[in-house]
Amino acid sequence: MCTALSRGPVPPPGGGSVLLDFIQQVVGGIALGCVYGLIALGFVLIYKATEVVNFAQGDLMMLGGFFAYTFIDQLGLNYWIGFALAVLAMAAFGSLVERAIVRPILGYPQFSIIMVTIGLGFALRAVVGMIWGTDDLRIDTPFSSGVVHIGPLVLAYDKLSVIVATVLLCGGLWIYFNKTRMGIAMQATSQNMLGAYYMGIPVKRVFSLIWAISAAVAGFAGVLLAPIAFIHTNVGFLGLKAFPAAVLGGFGSIPGALAGGLVIGVAETLSGFYLPEGFKDVAAYILLLIVLMVRPEGLFGLHLRKKV
Amino acid sequence: MRPIFQTDYDQDIRLMRHRGYWWSYGTLLLLVLLAPFVVGSYLQSQIVFVFIYSIVGVGLLILAGFTGQTSLGHAAFLAIGAYTAGYMQRLGVPFLVYLPLSVILSGAVGALVGFPALRLSGIYLVIATIAFGFIIEEVAARWESVTNGNDGMRVKPIEFFGVTLGREGYGFYYLCLGLLMLVLLLALNILRSPTGRAFVAIRDSEIAARSIGVNLAVYKVVAFSISAAMTGLAGCLYAHKLSFISPEMFTLLLSLEFVIVILIGGIGSLHGAVLGSIFVVMVDPFLGYLKDDVPRTIGKLAQAFGAANAGAIQDTLSAIGGAAGLKGAIYGVIIILFIIFEPYGLYGRWLKIRLYFELFPLYKKATFRRQKTYLKSERNR
Repeated sequence: MCTALSRGPVPPPGGGSVLLDFIQQVVGGIALGCVYGLIALGFVLIYKATEVVNFAQGDLMMLGGFFAYTFIDQLGLNYWIGFALAVLAMAAFGSLVERAIVRPILGYPQFSIIMVTIGLGFALRAVVGMIWGTDDLRIDTPFSSGVVHIGPLVLAYDKLSVIVATVLLCGGLWIYFNKTRMGIAMQATSQNMLGAYYMGIPVKRVFSLIWAISAAVAGFAGVLLAPIAFIHTNVGFLGLKAFPAAVLGGFGSIPGALAGGLVIGVAETLSGFYLPEGFKDVAAYILLLIVLMVRPEGLFGLHLRKKV
Repeated sequence: MRPIFQTDYDQDIRLMRHRGYWWSYGTLLLLVLLAPFVVGSYLQSQIVFVFIYSIVGVGLLILAGFTGQTSLGHAAFLAIGAYTAGYMQRLGVPFLVYLPLSVILSGAVGALVGFPALRLSGIYLVIATIAFGFIIEEVAARWESVTNGNDGMRVKPIEFFGVTLGREGYGFYYLCLGLLMLVLLLALNILRSPTGRAFVAIRDSEIAARSIGVNLAVYKVVAFSISAAMTGLAGCLYAHKLSFISPEMFTLLLSLEFVIVILIGGIGSLHGAVLGSIFVVMVDPFLGYLKDDVPRTIGKLAQAFGAANAGAIQDTLSAIGGAAGLKGAIYGVIIILFIIFEPYGLYGRWLKIRLYFELFPLYKKATFRRQKTYLKSERNR
């Protein structure tokens, strides 16, 4: 075992390697799953509070990465300051989007809102491409290089940072939604906007706030992803992979988003490793369809009966 | 305003409500029939695309506009139709056989998708159809013995009783026009039959529909299947029009384009499918115009007014016009603007203009105001 430890990422030959391969794949899957979970978290937040599904979440994440690039690489700020600034800028952008685009169509059928966020995604991708160009950008982060050895397993810093950050964020947001006044007000708003308004909840402010939080989470994810996936306009498409994660976890559940992300991530890496080529890209969607058929409310979703 | 004196209940569902319809649609048909002899070959080709997109739009309208089941996976049905056509042609099957075959196959797959969709609604249905689209796209890329994988597949021109219909020729134009008219007639007839009324009932309230005896399962599957079959028909034509198909054509972006077609055209009426298709197909020539003609004209104007940096202005403008993501940006902004300001689409705008003149001094804006509902959570519906 000690020799394996010093040898780094090369898997040791011999009988134990099949199991070790499997575990290494699972760990890689967990890291990937945390990325999906982090993006899914953004979907879940907005859905939980406003019952709007934000298809532009992946593109918000991309924008966060570009903000970080501007602050850290172009303005030469310290990584942590740039990180914080990017997250703050995203929060401001999120509430701006809510005010300008989402609020006018509140109360209309959900399909309108879905299409508006899809349109927003298109526009963001195009505008970002025009401003920052379409080359792969990268920023230097403290997590860009280096690996951790846990027994014979190898885990890169960048992946580890995503895992830790996701778990912390999920925990924090779960506490916020279940223990604080504002968080509970947000849940009430999502269940019945008018009812919440009668109870004295500032519904409009709740909406602004939740879009700010969700965009900030997206910015957070964008910065953390920078060492793993580069900064590029197509990063937004990762958002589409995170959808199955959110659905799997039941759209309105914060721990569910994380769990769904993990399931999708592990399924994707395992099918990439053991199944023929091509299954890796669709594993998430096949899993999604199966779950939707068997248990449409997701693994952690509330089971609600229809009432007439 | 033309008062319509009703003497018969059938008048409500007649295809041509009054004689004015014969005149206006007759004129339109005449114009479309004569168009290829008047417009250039580029515009003719664009009109063929309008026809093909309109067929998809009609299919999508039946599903999304009239049954209330949203789909963001229609590119997959188009792919199924297109690949069926390509593969069957390679096997030597004649056009008259593989055209219905691609319709039937897409319809069957649509019915298969419809079954799981029975349990889903709203956002879950959207996501499930997206997932379906991705899976079909991947299948098209990997099933190389049939689809030729990522290398793509050449599709030869249509052979029709020994006559070859080239993709740029008049024959293909009239074929597409004829099929579009067939699809429109079919859709109109479905929508004025009990089936169509059941669709609308499902859209407006599933619970109410069920309580008056509409079998939700059957009608949803039928709606999916009809919609997919029409899209498959369009797919067959699409393959012949492009003469080359490959998996990366049938992405989520194309599905979105179809939704944009009905969204911009107007979700409430079949007119919307055609109007929206005209819009979506004409975005490309419009972008070309933005890239070349507008900067040149402005550059010349600047020169005429003696601006020193006329050349620089022209270059900047053409750089903006030629930017890679401009089409995406225009789509995005247009979707947002339409949903916020013109939720009934282009056809809705036409209705408003017509009503304004019909009721001239008495027109009220509130006639078309949408109802907002803050009460309902779609989660427990």
